[in-house]
Amino acid sequence: LETYDLLKSLSETPGPAGYEDAIRQVTMALWQPLVDDLRADAMGNLIAIQRGTASDDDAPRPAVMGAAHMDEIGLIVTGIEREFLRIQSLGGMDRRVLLGLEVCVHGRQELPGIIGSRPPHVLARSERDIVLPWHEIFVDVGLSPHEVEEQVRIGDHVTISQPLHQLKHKQAAGKAMDNRASLAALTLALEALRHRSHAWDFYAVATVQEELGVKGAITSAYGVNPDLAIALDVTFAKQHNDSDPGVFDLGKGPTIGLGPNLHPWVVTRLKEVAGAEEIPTELEPLPGSSGTDAWGIQVAREGIPCGLISIPVRYMHQPVEVVALKDIERTSRLLTAFITSLELGDRPRWGDEVNNTGEKA
Amino acid sequence: MNDLITNLEALSNAAGISGNEGDVRQVIRPLIENSVDDIQVDALGNLIAYKAGTGTSELRVLITAHMDEVGLMVVGHNSDGTLKVDTVGGIPARLLPGLTVYVGAERISGVIGLEAIHRANRTSKAPDVSKLAVDIGANGQSEAQEIAPLGAPVVFATQFKALEQSCLGKAFDDRAGCAILINILRGEPLPCDIYGAFTVQEEVGLRGARVAAYAVAPDVGITLEGTLADDLPKPPDDADVSPTTELGKGPAITVMDRSYTTPPRLLQHVIQTAEDEAIPFQIKQPGIGGTDAGGVHQARAGVPAITVAVPCRYIHSPVSMLRVDDLRYTAALVGAAIRRLTQDTLSIT
Repeated sequence: LETYDLLKSLSETPGPAGYEDAIRQVTMALWQPLVDDLRADAMGNLIAIQRGTASDDDAPRPAVMGAAHMDEIGLIVTGIEREFLRIQSLGGMDRRVLLGLEVCVHGRQELPGIIGSRPPHVLARSERDIVLPWHEIFVDVGLSPHEVEEQVRIGDHVTISQPLHQLKHKQAAGKAMDNRASLAALTLALEALRHRSHAWDFYAVATVQEELGVKGAITSAYGVNPDLAIALDVTFAKQHNDSDPGVFDLGKGPTIGLGPNLHPWVVTRLKEVAGAEEIPTELEPLPGSSGTDAWGIQVAREGIPCGLISIPVRYMHQPVEVVALKDIERTSRLLTAFITSLELGDRPRWGDEVNNTGEKA
Repeated sequence: MNDLITNLEALSNAAGISGNEGDVRQVIRPLIENSVDDIQVDALGNLIAYKAGTGTSELRVLITAHMDEVGLMVVGHNSDGTLKVDTVGGIPARLLPGLTVYVGAERISGVIGLEAIHRANRTSKAPDVSKLAVDIGANGQSEAQEIAPLGAPVVFATQFKALEQSCLGKAFDDRAGCAILINILRGEPLPCDIYGAFTVQEEVGLRGARVAAYAVAPDVGITLEGTLADDLPKPPDDADVSPTTELGKGPAITVMDRSYTTPPRLLQHVIQTAEDEAIPFQIKQPGIGGTDAGGVHQARAGVPAITVAVPCRYIHSPVSMLRVDDLRYTAALVGAAIRRLTQDTLSIT
């Protein structure tokens, strides 16, 4: 699979939180030839397995889960006034960037539309730089009031229509890099692992409703019940108007998360593997919630040790999120190498934990 | 009439900020060159086509439609490889964050982004254009300078889309007017001589129309526009709830805007034509915007002039919308009004 083409098809497919059917179907078609088995759970998470090679008659094969959320932020119709649609955020949509965008209204059929803006000619100077409140933002689908009534209902969802663009130095700009960049990396890892043996079972999960509070991660982690999990998500990249602490260079590799959400054994293993494979990474300290699927997975069942790999993205939650293709490829390589590094007897442990041979770990 | 939409598509997708209208000229020239008697490009870049009349009328009619669009221009380069830009023509800066643009003749993709909302100091005020930058992915200042030198034009990356009754696209102000003027020039000869001027630099002060009107020295000027339809639901505290124009109600006839006033006899002639030909029309709310008629009417010793426009929502933004019927009716009205023109229509009584 070619990274840009893969990312393009994933980025341009709609899948707002709670309405992931279209992106799940695209992902399913990509994953089907790469995996041993594949299913969707009750929430809509897509769960695929590549079985491991380890065999131990006394114990089930250990399992590692790799999770990337496939939902994106979107909009939802909250009212209809004449032929104009009132909208609200579905997930964390940034209304600073909405005016002048093309959208798709998922009504009785898919309707192309635009988010209108009053021209400067009729605005007082003081009005021209106001970020509009939701009640002054409208979607226009170019139909008459009567046709709109037939085609659109309150509660219909709306997605941004934004083709992927290639920037210089193999960077790509488009919508939903959060988190289709990670979904692309997970897909590339499945492709690589198809040709490499690994002891553990590998579950690849495309989760739903991350943007509404990591809902899919919670239920899929319960369902898969892995021995450890790696969440793949995006993080903030350095950009011209933000280079404060907490942002990471674009194109210099993914970050490895560090903090209460992430198990130190997993963090250490990720660092070791990155070093051995010469994959550039940075450490990303996360003092509280990581705001990713890892936050939900960690507390599933009796608790699941987690790691987090994040791809730096500029302009997060805007329709022009920028990502470096090589960061996607490095994330895939890091995940692949991590999974093949897992041996049958490996288990996440604490440094102060005494193992059953009496040695300190 | 179907070529109205096909031509509008090619015109809308072409790049032409004020002062850099070459791409639009290149779209227009092949569409008209076999239908007119002469084509000149003047010192400012106006493309002026002459189409001889049938000889039954002595009048010289100037029809203008401006080629230029609002956009951005590269005005500097940041050390991180992003481009500083400024607006060309009237674009509120709050529209710019979140957009994809094309930079320069080679249409290099670029984007305009804000700091992530998660990390922003919540603000109800949009940043000024001087605080924004276009990100083309360049690695540093010198690479950015090489790819996008100072003055490079930047246009919205919007692609035209035809819906059932409507069209979406950038720069309908005034590529809608250009499409109609092309349609008239490609049609059968009219009774009078037609000078079709595709003008430059309207958005920075009606400058092309002024010199074109001087050169042509017409008896009457008709300006074709894509004008603003401000018919979104208004906020409850807005004192003025009347729309400027409305979509679907036919061509918008200007009585007066910020740049000129239509002479009463010419105004009445166009209204009477619409009524006689059963063409729907609307009167644009007076006093808003400026049009090339403002440049034309002051040429030489003065020229009676009128603007007839296709109502367009969301002009001066990345994507505007018009109704196909409005486009067709505007073309029909202007054609009919020219056919019915007489010296008497223009005389001062």
